[in-house]
Amino acid sequence: MPGKISKAQSVAVIWPDEIHRALKSQGVRQVSYVPDAGHKRLIELCHADKSMTAVPLTTEEEGIGLAAGAWLGGERSALLMQSSGVGNCVNALTLAANCAFPLLALVTMRGEWGEFNPWQIPMGQATPDALRLMGVRIMRLERAEEAGVTVAAAAKLAFEGYGAVAVLISQAMIGAKSFGDKP
Amino acid sequence: MSAALDRREVVRALLERRGALLVVAGLGSAAWDCAAAGDHPLTFPLWGAMGSACMIGLGLALAQPKRRVLVVTGDGEMLMGLGSLATIGAQRPANLAVAVLDNERYGETGMQKTHTGYGVDLAAIARACGFEARIVQKSAEVAAMRSGVYRGRGPLFYQVKVKPEIPPLVLPPRDGAYLKHRFREALLGRKALAQ
Repeated sequence: MPGKISKAQSVAVIWPDEIHRALKSQGVRQVSYVPDAGHKRLIELCHADKSMTAVPLTTEEEGIGLAAGAWLGGERSALLMQSSGVGNCVNALTLAANCAFPLLALVTMRGEWGEFNPWQIPMGQATPDALRLMGVRIMRLERAEEAGVTVAAAAKLAFEGYGAVAVLISQAMIGAKSFGDKP
Repeated sequence: MSAALDRREVVRALLERRGALLVVAGLGSAAWDCAAAGDHPLTFPLWGAMGSACMIGLGLALAQPKRRVLVVTGDGEMLMGLGSLATIGAQRPANLAVAVLDNERYGETGMQKTHTGYGVDLAAIARACGFEARIVQKSAEVAAMRSGVYRGRGPLFYQVKVKPEIPPLVLPPRDGAYLKHRFREALLGRKALAQ
């Protein structure tokens, strides 16, 4: 595919379906998101799923509040975002840290592998540390065939371990974005 | 702008005989106002995470579509989460109401003027986002607001003009884990604590 560099093109269509199945099997009912190209198919699947409410956000921290409210009301919520949104979440993560609210964040990485946009690199590189600073547990998803089990395991860690968990989805797995044909 | 109402009296009027109402209270004076009206397990008061109150209300309203949800917050807290009005507008939860106690001040930090004190129209913002929005500035209007909160079709937004005064502190519990557990137990039963 022109303009794409990816280690795993052949399974690129499948892993969002695996994540959707994992979210469903873990009883996630509210899925909030700030769009990312890497989450495109998963967002569509969540909108199409009548057992889920898909909630587009204006900024990522809104999803932390939504997840807290969902848990107060007896539902499980997941938050989809790109790594650039992690910085927006920092103070809101007080909710998870202080109240032990479960939080499941699926973060598509930018700025780490074959990144063409220098403006994505500072937040992308700082993403794991920014999350750790606020006590978020981190899991890595590097291989598309592990998407389902990794997200299901992260959901257990979040909802049964009562804490904030972020799954960082490798840019190498998604495919580095580029405009035009030059990688 | 003339700010007419007593915030404690307004909140008391909203929360007396509250039935099955679920309440999220934004940090600062709004949380103290809710505590002054009577601490309650189905009130979740915030002591931080400024700007989050409306989103917590949305998550709760979506999870509990048969219950009425009220977010009580201040103008400063609301201004930090203006985007959440757009997010709620996109969902249009029929069971959610937001009451902003607008004293045009940051009350906890030295009574600095907020943007509403400089003329920013919160109710118009909410209306543009899809809320049924009202400005409440006379005591005679409080009963209609209460009726909306308990029975009106949401999302509803009330910008309540209140006096810029600091009433005596009445603090709710501040242990976040305790506030979460007691809310879930009261709403979902003891089984929720084993989930």
